[in-house]
Formats: sequence, structure tokens, C-alpha cells
Amino acid sequence: MENLKMIDLRNAYGEALVKLGKEDKRVVVLDADVAHPTCTHFFAQHFPERFFEMGVAEQNMMGVAAGFATCGFIPFPTTFGVFAYKRAHDQVSISIAYTNLNVKVVGSYSGLTSPNTGATHQAIDDIASMRAMPNMRVVVPADAVEIEKAVFAITQEPGPIYLRIARCKAPVIFNDNYEFKLGEAVVLREGSDVALVGTGIMTPRCLKAAELLQEDKIEATVLHVPTVKPIDISKLTEVAEKTRAVVTAENHSIIGGLGSAVSEVLGETRPCPMQRVGIRDTFGESAENMEDLFEKYGLTSEEIVKAAKSVLKRKGSG
Amino acid sequence: MDQCSKEKIRYLEKMAHQIREVLIEMFRGAGRGHIGGSLSAVEVIVALYFHIMRVNPKNPKWPDRDRFVLSKGHASATWYAVLAEKGFFPKDLLFTQYIKINGLLQEHSEMQKIPGIEMSSGALGQGLSAALGMALAARLANKDYRVYVMMGDGEMQSGQVWEAAMACSHYKANNLTAILDYNKLQVSDFVSKVMNVEPVVKKFEAFGWNTLEIDGHNMAQVVQALQKAKDNSSYSPTIIISHTIKGKGVPFMEGNVEWHSHSFSGEDYQRAKQTLTGP
Repeated sequence: MENLKMIDLRNAYGEALVKLGKEDKRVVVLDADVAHPTCTHFFAQHFPERFFEMGVAEQNMMGVAAGFATCGFIPFPTTFGVFAYKRAHDQVSISIAYTNLNVKVVGSYSGLTSPNTGATHQAIDDIASMRAMPNMRVVVPADAVEIEKAVFAITQEPGPIYLRIARCKAPVIFNDNYEFKLGEAVVLREGSDVALVGTGIMTPRCLKAAELLQEDKIEATVLHVPTVKPIDISKLTEVAEKTRAVVTAENHSIIGGLGSAVSEVLGETRPCPMQRVGIRDTFGESAENMEDLFEKYGLTSEEIVKAAKSVLKRKGSG
Repeated sequence: MDQCSKEKIRYLEKMAHQIREVLIEMFRGAGRGHIGGSLSAVEVIVALYFHIMRVNPKNPKWPDRDRFVLSKGHASATWYAVLAEKGFFPKDLLFTQYIKINGLLQEHSEMQKIPGIEMSSGALGQGLSAALGMALAARLANKDYRVYVMMGDGEMQSGQVWEAAMACSHYKANNLTAILDYNKLQVSDFVSKVMNVEPVVKKFEAFGWNTLEIDGHNMAQVVQALQKAKDNSSYSPTIIISHTIKGKGVPFMEGNVEWHSHSFSGEDYQRAKQTLTGP
């Protein structure tokens, strides 16, 4: 894990949009005065006529995006996650999801990856909120490669999708041959003792945790779930069947996110001991750097290892 | 500029009366409805579909069509009645599907269910934003269609409307015409008592819009204002402040806040049918 290349995810999103814009003239990008932080300004530089600055008015931005979609364009309204799912929740729900329009809502600065800003800018329950919305699909890529693949794939998929982007560098765990398929989870490592199920930037941390567990002779499966909705029921059931012990890891509240989604599935298909790693029902805060926050709020490989060992203790007759 | 003949005005007035008759039948079929605000919106929607807008009921998704967004979605009954009259879907659906389970005609219109509905509605304050998206899409696609959006006066209290008003002006959306169906009443009371929206004309002027003020039940004025907005040679969007009467046409409903959303009994139906005033 240590020698993997680190690439900034915001940049990856911005560059993916430019590539997409070159290929697909239907793509328009809207931003709410955060085009530099979200890197949509790359798109604005290349395609000024297809970029729309909407100012600090996210509710209007979502509605305008919906209007574009009714006319055959594919809008990517982009802002910080918090403003997409909280400030503009009603607009995303009614103007975009209820109408089932072809809008790709993009929330950047996800989870605790925006350390300086504090709680107001940290989207810690956006997956919960977007996942509960009928018609809305939720995609949380792990690295720069997957971001580009996902940006292209969701453009080919009609209807509303929420794409969650982190504000940090992340190790590149996929190579160029990787194929992102909406709704499909990917097994990254096989092991029969415990399954570590991650999404977004927590997946590399699951891989690291698997390495640490191996030192203690514990073999872990790592399942990456880039699409939290619709979630890959068959892969989840399969790994639960095999390992009978599951840990989920997400840069998000443990309420309503990946951990909840996995619990819902396994509760109905293959119940087994589980533990959720994530933000434990609390708001975040400011900090000098992200890793300090991730440590304080329990979003580390070490935390995943602890959770795995705790689950293994409960793995018995179940 | 197109001239609208006296005969055409007379035709549109008769059509408006006919739509009100249909509305009364629809509310009877449903046993309820957002009656007051549907009746106040009739003349403008009739004038749009039967005189101003470029639409083709045989090809409802025609890319070059003019768009209409009903931001005050509670007046959807009027939109349905006009669309059916225009031939977008069979008229009998108005009486069998409106507010019925598994029905195509939701009380607040849903765009995926029925041809001619350009945007779903129901959550107030959202229509102007969608209309702006359509107007910007026209420009980007190099098309000359126009976008019309009708808003309610209660909506003027909602923040998103002013975000959108600012953006329409910023983007010089001169291919967009908004109509404020200003019937002065909202769910609980007079708009001026609930949360005064005045001076609404000055507000839009301050936001960079062209403004026109009309009697929204005077068909000649309605047509003239819509035509003027259509011929807009400025860079600004236009709003028509259309002064109307809630419940217009049915005397016991006119200006009566109780008829915003109300059950509609057989007795109500008989009374409305007997007292409906016409041209």
C-alpha cells in the first residue's frame, strides 16, 4: 500500500469533466461559487459556453440543472456536498429525483476531508440523505482512476445520480483496465476470516487493514462498494456467506450510509456479526490536517483492524 | 407584431369559459381540488396555449416547442384542462384520472405521467429555476423557442424565487416570460397579511426585469402583454404581474380564502354550475 501513487481527487474530478466535455457536447456544468475548490473551473476554461456560475444559490442551481435536463442536456451541478444535500435537498428531491431527470449532482468535500473548515463544510450524512431519495443513485469512488471511469459511466446512465468526491489525495488502487459498472461492488482481496467492506477513500484503508490483519494471521476479504445505491446485494451476500463476519468502513456517519445499507441487505439475506466504522453520530470540527480528524473520529486502518477483531470474537454459531 | 383580432379575443374568452366549465366537472369528479387558484389562472393559460405558444399536441416532445412551467402547481387542474382541450391527451382522462389512485393526473402535475407537462410541480418556488434552465438550454442549442412560467403570489415569499429572479436577469434570459397570478390570497389568508410581498413590481424591476401589469381576466390585456413579452427586444426577462381574483367565475368562491383547497360536494357542484359567470 505504501508505494501507491497519490493523486488529488478534486483534480481528478475536474480533469475527468474536461475529458467528458470533449466527447459529449450534452454535458453542462453548474457551480455555486466554488468552481476552484471543486475543480470545475477546468471545465469552465475549456468550455466557457457550457459552464454556468450560479453564485451562492444552490437551490436555484439544482432547479436550473433540472430545466437543462428536460431539454436533453446532461447537467453536473457541483458544489460542496453539504450544500447539495442540505441546502438544496428539496430541490434535488422534487426538481431532480421526483422528475427522474438526467442530472448528475456532485458533492465535493465529502466527510471529514475538508479539515480546516469545520462542521459546516463537512458532508457527513449526505449518503444517508441521498440514498433515501427515490430514483436517486449514489456513487462514491475510491481513487482518481475510478472517478474518471465513474464520471463517464454515470453519463451513460439516464436519470439522477449523486457523485461523492473527497477533498484529498488518495492512493491509486485501480489500473486503467478497471471497469466501473454502476451497481457493482468489486472484490479487491480474498480472505475467509472477515470481510472488510469499504466505500470511497475508506477502501484503501480497508486494504491497509487487511495487510495489518494478515500479520496476525487473519485473512480478510476486501470488498469495495463504489455504488452505495443500488447496492450490490449478491456480492455482499456472497462475502458474508464466505466470511460470516463483516466490517464496514466509510468517511460518513455510521447512521444511514454504507454501514446501514450493508446491514439492511445482510439482515435480509445473510445475517452475521457486523461492525460499522465511521463517524459516530457527531458533527466534525476544524483541524490543521485531515489525518488528525480521521484519527479522532475513528476513520483509520487501525480502527478497522480493531473492529475486525471485535467482530471475529462474536463470530460463532451465527 | 401579431395582431389579435376581436374575433380571436372573443374565441379565447369563450375558451376560458369552457375551461371553467370543465374545471367544475373535474372537481366534481375528484370531490375536491385547489379550486380558487385554478380558476384565477384560466385566462393566461388559455391565451398561452391557444394563441401565443408554439406547441404541437401530436408531437409533445418536439424540440423546438415553446415551454410552459406551472410553478404554482396547485393550479394543475387548469393546465390539464387546457392541454386536453388542445389535444395533448383525451378529455375523458380529466374526469377519470384526476386525483385518483393509479391516475395519470396528480393533483400537482407530474411530468412523467402525462404528455404536455414540462415540469413536475408541487413544491412551491421551484418553477422559475427550471424555466431558466430551459431558457439557457435554448440559447446553448441555438433554438428560438420561448419559455413561460406561471408563479403564484404566495411563492413570492420563498427564497428560491429571488435566487432565480437574480439569475434570470444575470443571464439576460430575454427568451423567458414569467407570469405572476396575483390573486392576493394564499392558503391561510390575504398575502398582504400572511407576509406582504409588496412592492412586487418594484422588486422585479430592482432585480433587472421588464415588468407589465394587467387585469388577468381581461383577455385583450392578457394577449397584448404576452405578445409584448414575446416581442421583447431588450436583454431582460419579462414578468407580467397579472392581477386576478381567486375563484374567478364562481361568485361564492371569488375572493374567498376557504376555496384555496376544498372539498367539492354535489351541492357545491350544483351551485357552482348554476352561478358560473361567463363572457
